[in-house]
Amino acid sequence: MKELIHKLTDIFSPSGYEDAIRGVIRAEIKEFADEIRVDALGNLIARKGKGGTRVMVAAHMDEIGLMTTHVDDKGFVRFTGIGGVYPRNLPGGRVRFVNGTRGVIGLDGGVFSNDLPPLEKMFIDVGASSKDDCPVKTGDVAAFERPFLDLGNRVVAKSMDDRIGCAVAIESLRTLKSTSNEVYFVFTAQEEVGTRGAQTSAYGIDPDLGFSIDVTGWGDTPGQRDFDVALGKGPAIKIRDGGMLSDPRIVDWMISMAEKKKIPYQREVLLGGTTDARAMQLVRGGIPVGCVSVPCRYVHSPSEMIDYNDVQNAVKLTTTLLRAPIELPFAGK
Amino acid sequence: MPNKTPTISAPQFKLLEKLCRAVGVSGGEGEVRKIVLDEIKSSVDEVKVDALGNVLATKKGRGAKRLRVMLDAHMDEVGFMLVADDGEGLYRFKIIGGIDPRNLAGKQVVVGKEHFPGVIGAKPIHHTTPEERKKPLAEDALRIDLGPESKIKVGERGTFAPNFQRVGPSLMSKALDNRLGIATLIEFLKVSYPNVDLCAAFTVQEEIGLRGAKVAAQYFRPDLAIVIDATPANDLPMQFEGENIFYNTKLGLGPALYVSNSSAIDDPRLVCFIQDIAQKAKIPYQIRQPGGGGTNAGGIQRTVVGVPVVSISVPHRYTHSPISVARIDDWKNMPALLHAAISQITPALLKR
Repeated sequence: MKELIHKLTDIFSPSGYEDAIRGVIRAEIKEFADEIRVDALGNLIARKGKGGTRVMVAAHMDEIGLMTTHVDDKGFVRFTGIGGVYPRNLPGGRVRFVNGTRGVIGLDGGVFSNDLPPLEKMFIDVGASSKDDCPVKTGDVAAFERPFLDLGNRVVAKSMDDRIGCAVAIESLRTLKSTSNEVYFVFTAQEEVGTRGAQTSAYGIDPDLGFSIDVTGWGDTPGQRDFDVALGKGPAIKIRDGGMLSDPRIVDWMISMAEKKKIPYQREVLLGGTTDARAMQLVRGGIPVGCVSVPCRYVHSPSEMIDYNDVQNAVKLTTTLLRAPIELPFAGK
Repeated sequence: MPNKTPTISAPQFKLLEKLCRAVGVSGGEGEVRKIVLDEIKSSVDEVKVDALGNVLATKKGRGAKRLRVMLDAHMDEVGFMLVADDGEGLYRFKIIGGIDPRNLAGKQVVVGKEHFPGVIGAKPIHHTTPEERKKPLAEDALRIDLGPESKIKVGERGTFAPNFQRVGPSLMSKALDNRLGIATLIEFLKVSYPNVDLCAAFTVQEEIGLRGAKVAAQYFRPDLAIVIDATPANDLPMQFEGENIFYNTKLGLGPALYVSNSSAIDDPRLVCFIQDIAQKAKIPYQIRQPGGGGTNAGGIQRTVVGVPVVSISVPHRYTHSPISVARIDDWKNMPALLHAAISQITPALLKR
């Protein structure tokens, strides 16, 4: 599965520009899904099973990135963020544009200051010396470039958020030989700019219940406080985050299934941030939702770290949840 | 092929002037709506006014496999609502939409259905101290002065006084945002496009949160949507040292095509398509700098099962102020570009 994670995190597909990653995922799941379609916003929707409880499982394909706002006379590229891009994570980093151009991020005035400049005071140097020889133009899109790193139990890459969720969903779909439910694996678009793809795909699918598979933060490095989730202690079952309260019935269901199968898990109470589950919860007449989280250090940096055991246990938990008939009071039938 | 080309000439300038002189502050778009209905009724297949006040008109094509193309332009403009009567014809007010309070003092306004004239007054220079003059006057410190015989009631809306004029290559008026778009969209309904069903949405309440467009898109359920609006040009050189890198758009470079803003990432397929069309037809255009701001694209994109969107705007200086400035050529190139795009659009464009 590490190979799959490597493959997925090597793709450059910021929000709204998911063509490349969609193509890769589509090829990975083609043989395992009963039906595959792409909707108007570019969400990739794979159905498995027919006729049971309708479950939507969302993992977002997009990643945070940068968009060109201006190329100046000397060929330096000014940019704005796509999604939650933290200025602290940028200087000295490398980026790759969807058109293949590469560059490094510099600061106005150089690094000899303790002030952290905003994005407006940074630029991408693509090696051009004038506007005319710059291969980038206003509106062009880039993402972080940083090589995949296998540290054994821990794995590091750009865009673990949320290619790791995509990997868990792909692996779950492959492992799930059959299901008593009607499961829709949705590889969503534009999560990082406001859970936009999940909103329209959930409307189209109209599921009985659903959950997202996404990364969550971490509380186990120096100076981190008030967050009881650590790498290596299992996937986290979300109870709340900054945008959503998981349906308690979903939380209970997930916990009871994890305990029954002796899958390690953690209880997640996240104060900021949210996932596709928020958008799913609020479409149409409302949908009971939850989230299976993969703990991830250094989220929204070019080097996001996950624990490989957590990933494998997330697959176990996901397949366990989806295999047997989901017969809950809220199953919508 | 379409039966004619939408163009901007004398009748359109007259229509734009009429639209700009109308008052249509968000939630009170009736005056603009009436002009729109009169203009389009003889040229569309169906028209209705929905519960929120959007004008929703359909003009069907004739060919097979027609795309449903929604064209949106918002009818409303920024302005004020009177919130308290202080007596003697003086009223407290609240801004509707985004107006910089520094643009308020000393301006002529009109209030109510009859365009009752008023003034937003300020203490004269004779009675202010140098310290006072350094600070901008806040909304709360200002009053709309309608005189003692106005009969205007709390809750009525107003905006900056009509002031449309053509000056050389320029248009100057309040509410160019978005009467330029309304005038453009009206012209499209006079043309028949065999390849598409045109779904024209003249929408309400854009300035206060893209509200009308959301319900309009739910009604039409289009295959794609093009949002026609006006966008700020922040291209004055004297504001900056060195190269201006935050201009948003510049006057005179043509219609501004959006790539991304706070409300939506424009569909890359539509952005590429329109750029290709513009380059082939040699119609000037510019890319509006990605960044903040919002258009009805954000309201439309996430309705129902999702809609591919793109926004195109006429650049204009001094947006949301008592008077803004646009170039006639930028406006003329807007229908030219949209016409070229719409007449060549096919379902293959949306294939994945």
